[in-house]
Amino acid sequence: MSHSNNADPTGTYAIVAEFTSAEALLTAAEQTADAGYREIDAYTPFPVHGLSDALRFHDIKVPWLIFTGGLCGAFFGFTLQWYTAAVDYPLSVGGKPFNSLPSFFPVTFECTILFSALTAFVCMFGLNGLPKPYHSIFNTPGFQRASIDRFFLAIEVKDPKFDEKETKAFLEGLGAVAVSEVEH
Amino acid sequence: MASTPLNDTMITGTQDYASIDQSISSLITDQKRHTRPWFFMFALGLMGTGLLATSITWLLYQGIGIWGNNIPTAWAFDIVNFVWWIGIGHAGTLISAILLLLRQPWRNSINRFSEAMTIFAVMCAGMFPLLHTGRPWVAIYWLFPYPNIMALWPQFRSPLMWDVFAVSTYFTVSLLFWFIGLVPDFATLRDQSKNKFARVLLALASLGWRGSNRHWHRYEQAYLILAGLSTPLVLSVHSIVSFDFASSVVPGWNVTVFPPYFVAGAVFAGFAMVLTFAIPIRKLYKLEDLITMRHIDWMAKIILATGLIVAYGYTLEMFYAWYSANPNEWDLTLLRRLSGPYSWAYYSLIVCNIVAPQVFWIPWCRKNLTIVMIVCQFVSVGMWLERFVIIPMSLTANYLPSANRMYYPTFWDFGMFAGTIGFFIVLMFLFIRFMPVINIFEVKDLLYKMLGHRDSLIAHSAIEIPDLLENSDTVEIPLAGGAH
Repeated sequence: MSHSNNADPTGTYAIVAEFTSAEALLTAAEQTADAGYREIDAYTPFPVHGLSDALRFHDIKVPWLIFTGGLCGAFFGFTLQWYTAAVDYPLSVGGKPFNSLPSFFPVTFECTILFSALTAFVCMFGLNGLPKPYHSIFNTPGFQRASIDRFFLAIEVKDPKFDEKETKAFLEGLGAVAVSEVEH
Repeated sequence: MASTPLNDTMITGTQDYASIDQSISSLITDQKRHTRPWFFMFALGLMGTGLLATSITWLLYQGIGIWGNNIPTAWAFDIVNFVWWIGIGHAGTLISAILLLLRQPWRNSINRFSEAMTIFAVMCAGMFPLLHTGRPWVAIYWLFPYPNIMALWPQFRSPLMWDVFAVSTYFTVSLLFWFIGLVPDFATLRDQSKNKFARVLLALASLGWRGSNRHWHRYEQAYLILAGLSTPLVLSVHSIVSFDFASSVVPGWNVTVFPPYFVAGAVFAGFAMVLTFAIPIRKLYKLEDLITMRHIDWMAKIILATGLIVAYGYTLEMFYAWYSANPNEWDLTLLRRLSGPYSWAYYSLIVCNIVAPQVFWIPWCRKNLTIVMIVCQFVSVGMWLERFVIIPMSLTANYLPSANRMYYPTFWDFGMFAGTIGFFIVLMFLFIRFMPVINIFEVKDLLYKMLGHRDSLIAHSAIEIPDLLENSDTVEIPLAGGAH
């Protein structure tokens, strides 16, 4: 089981602490970030608000990409109608202008929504690196419960502050029920 | 990070995160929970689907002459059923998107289920206009703008074209929204399933979701924006459907109140359908602790509110008929509806849509499941009749009396309609059996919020949540007692 793109595919991936509640995890995450660790991630059964702040994770790529997708959709929708109805096959319907702007609104709007939604779908999974059938974190003992009722906090080896003994001791001091070293 | 606990019982019983998992995912992992009622409903649905297949085959062989449609009534059951089904779908989007934006956390327990309903209802709806073309296989160049060898393009000034874009966008966006929400739940099921085959399937469906904070971060951004996109979308879909009528000059159709009144009617019918399925299923699968009486109470109130908007729409239709000073409008909207040959439909519609939901003013009636079920059936029938009154009835009496002609549906009209109901039942019951009926992680999130973010209380033992409706007006979750 070593399909990772990291430099050292056989060694330790991270040290992972297990907590029994989101409350405990939030406190621990806050302390871990305060202690200067940066290559950290938490694994929870549901989105815990405030966790991104605690882990110092900021990312607004998705909303901007969706906005761009929406603009493309609006452009596509309008151009499609304008080209087909005013350029390629102009047809007089009840004396309306070929470029009948008000009539073209609904389809332009629908295309905006459609393109934004497709962008949201593709970009959300894409930026998250999914689908990805194998990930080292799944080697954590008891990780099945990360989707049920346990909360995990991982400090990865690539963190500059990572030190096998020190990091382990640090996590044990945060009130975790288990701390384990996870291989790639 | 503690915040104020939600002062309401949106979850009851003795609960922790694992117990929520257990009650929902066992519907999939323990197939023995599906007993005789499931098979009965599935068989019933299959019979309906058979009828649908027969009707479609005969239709394609013989042409739409097998229906009761005539000239001037070129639009009849097919369009009535189309509008009815699309409307039913709207409750799903309202629950999943609009209530999310309005920060109504009770939606977490019913959104998955109603989103599924939306998708299946739109599938049923889509069949009708396609088959109404008579030759659906050539409809592709009538409906979709693709560069064909005839060098023809669809007519974008027509509301029917807007409809094509609105409905197909609505279906796609609903499907994406539904699937995005399902991915984390598939991961939960993957981690719980004992069956190896099921685990591989679920692992594929979950795309390797691992619940990382980075995933959730982007997930929530995308989900919230999708909700923001779906909100104007759902309002636009039924508005555009109503433009099919409102932008014409047919008496009874040419009314500017149609868009808002159609949207309200859609939500009205949709909630009735959500309750029609939710009430028996929560009982059959013992989900009473997750879909509580509180949910039913709120849904009944929404039915009442949207029912009143619909009643306002009926009043305005009459007003416009008078105010327009158009004798044909007046003749159709007032005289024909109240005393014409189809007046029975109009009177039944008033009873079903306006009179019946009024019982929901009484709190006791919102708590009595039998009454709620009966009212919901009235609403479903009433909304169907509303479209019948609007669509074929207006066409039977147009501007020229010489063109007036009665419309009578045939066996195949009813067959198609009953068939789609059967098809819908089949899809719903397959969904109940093979997919998480309730959004697992959102209900956990709801529990977390109900505890005021102090979930260390349930870390070691489940907590008992008192039932608000049976006790007092306010509920205090005993937070103090369970510190660890």
